[in-house]
Amino acid sequence: MQYYQKDIECMSRNKMNALQLERLKAIVAYTYENVPMYKQKFDAIGLKPSDIQTLNDLQKIPFTVKDDLRDNYPFGLFAAPMKKIVRVHASSGTTGKPTVVGYTKNDLDVWADLIARLVVQAGGSDEDIAQIAFGYGLFTGAFGLHYGLERLGATIVPTSSGNTEKQIMLMKDFGTTLFVATPSYALHISEMMEELGYKRDDFKLRLAMLGSEGHTEEMRAVLEDKLGVLATENYGLSEVMGPGVAGECIHKCGQHIAEDCFIYEIIDPKTGEVLPDGEVGEVVITTINKEGIPVLRYRTKDISYLIDEECKCGRTNRRMAKIQGRTDDMLIIRGVNVFPSQIESVLVGLEHIAPYYQLIVTKKGYTDQLEVQVELDNAELLDSFAQLEAVEKHIQHKLQVVLGLTAKIKLMAPKSIPRTTGKAKHVIDLR
Amino acid sequence: MEMVKQISIFVENTGGKLASITSILAEGGINLRAMSLADTTNYGILRIIVPDPDKAYEILTQHDIMVKTSEVIGIELDDEVGNLNKALCLLRDNGISVEYLYALNEKTSLILKTNNAELAVRVLTTGGIRVLSAKEVYAR
Repeated sequence: MQYYQKDIECMSRNKMNALQLERLKAIVAYTYENVPMYKQKFDAIGLKPSDIQTLNDLQKIPFTVKDDLRDNYPFGLFAAPMKKIVRVHASSGTTGKPTVVGYTKNDLDVWADLIARLVVQAGGSDEDIAQIAFGYGLFTGAFGLHYGLERLGATIVPTSSGNTEKQIMLMKDFGTTLFVATPSYALHISEMMEELGYKRDDFKLRLAMLGSEGHTEEMRAVLEDKLGVLATENYGLSEVMGPGVAGECIHKCGQHIAEDCFIYEIIDPKTGEVLPDGEVGEVVITTINKEGIPVLRYRTKDISYLIDEECKCGRTNRRMAKIQGRTDDMLIIRGVNVFPSQIESVLVGLEHIAPYYQLIVTKKGYTDQLEVQVELDNAELLDSFAQLEAVEKHIQHKLQVVLGLTAKIKLMAPKSIPRTTGKAKHVIDLR
Repeated sequence: MEMVKQISIFVENTGGKLASITSILAEGGINLRAMSLADTTNYGILRIIVPDPDKAYEILTQHDIMVKTSEVIGIELDDEVGNLNKALCLLRDNGISVEYLYALNEKTSLILKTNNAELAVRVLTTGGIRVLSAKEVYAR
């Protein structure tokens, strides 16, 4: 199976633009009528839904930010009455109250289709045995993938996250072929497999669908090798839907955007100005056929750019390049912009260290200090301090080249950096 | 000749790390014959001589402690001025370098890590320095 909904996935640009415009006009009117916050925002600048006549007119609409969802906690931005809301999810909410989203029956129906597309483009089919190692709960990841895989007709093994040894046992005994997890957890599982003495051939794994946090190409290569899979990345966030917003096909050259449901813009995060395709900036998403909680121009804080070139897979939609960081996890260290992903791309694949790391940022007087903690992975080096120091120097030099600043390297004992079943916490900022 | 096995352990420079390693050894019933701890600001390497190095290695790795076994030699010196100097000169004159050394229980016995253990044993023995067998070292 090559496509799940070919008519949409391979739609011509003109037809897609027309579909987007038609849906945009409808959603703007629907949102204005049903969500007081949007009515206030429009009225405050004298904007009427009928002013939206072209796709470019979208730029007239004010942005939506995460705080808008928080301020209207829990259900204030829902456009549909609670009677029509059949499910709620919430973001992990690391600070204070979570952000809550609601889905109507229609929304869930669309969502399942989007995930089914995602699975098919990642090489999956109804013959796959799919193990979902995302945590089931308020988080959109597990349920999102679950109902899409079910719609496609795959056999679902809903293990949820955690209990890694059992996870691996079932993976082997059930002959799991498709595996859904965060990259951090997938890495932990692969490490545990080695520890338990399993080999790649003990499993029938062929596909891994990674999501909910980003990973570098280097990390993907490690995972593909350890697990013997083709690993694809997919993107989504609960505020606009959950997974299914965009995802890679088997060619792994950017994530295909479900443009029939979402309009993407890339903006300059400082000025809010819309940038042309190919330029790097903050991803802004407008949902154009969501009933439960439509969002107009939601600022994701994710940094990427759009690719508008033909893909080998034949899909015509635009693609989003790998997320390069977040506007809010960019560290400014001694005036230098540093993204954890840059550091990861240096560390993963280096000799003598394990692919786990943690960044500790502190302030000494007025100067920022970056400490990079990595786990030592080669006992042979214990013969002499000179060898250990050489490893530190090597890492320090490599980071210096990429970041342009000197980091303190701290070698740690094996397994001393916390393992996670969900998203990894890579940065501890103590400033 | 069976070489003496020394165990090197990576010790992170965080509070209680050393104690956590010694507790593992204590719980495993491992008795220390000699030890040396060298450190930098970030981490240290703890080197130990124990009667049953294989067992110690196993117990420590089971606890996810990073461990390496290396071959060292044990020597005994008569308690007279110039004897240590004599041993070290023998090694130097034969192009062997000592990476580190530490005392084994009593002041006249030493553990030496050299860059060529076999040659060192031969040179020292012919030079009149008593090299201890592995058994003797573990029993001290």
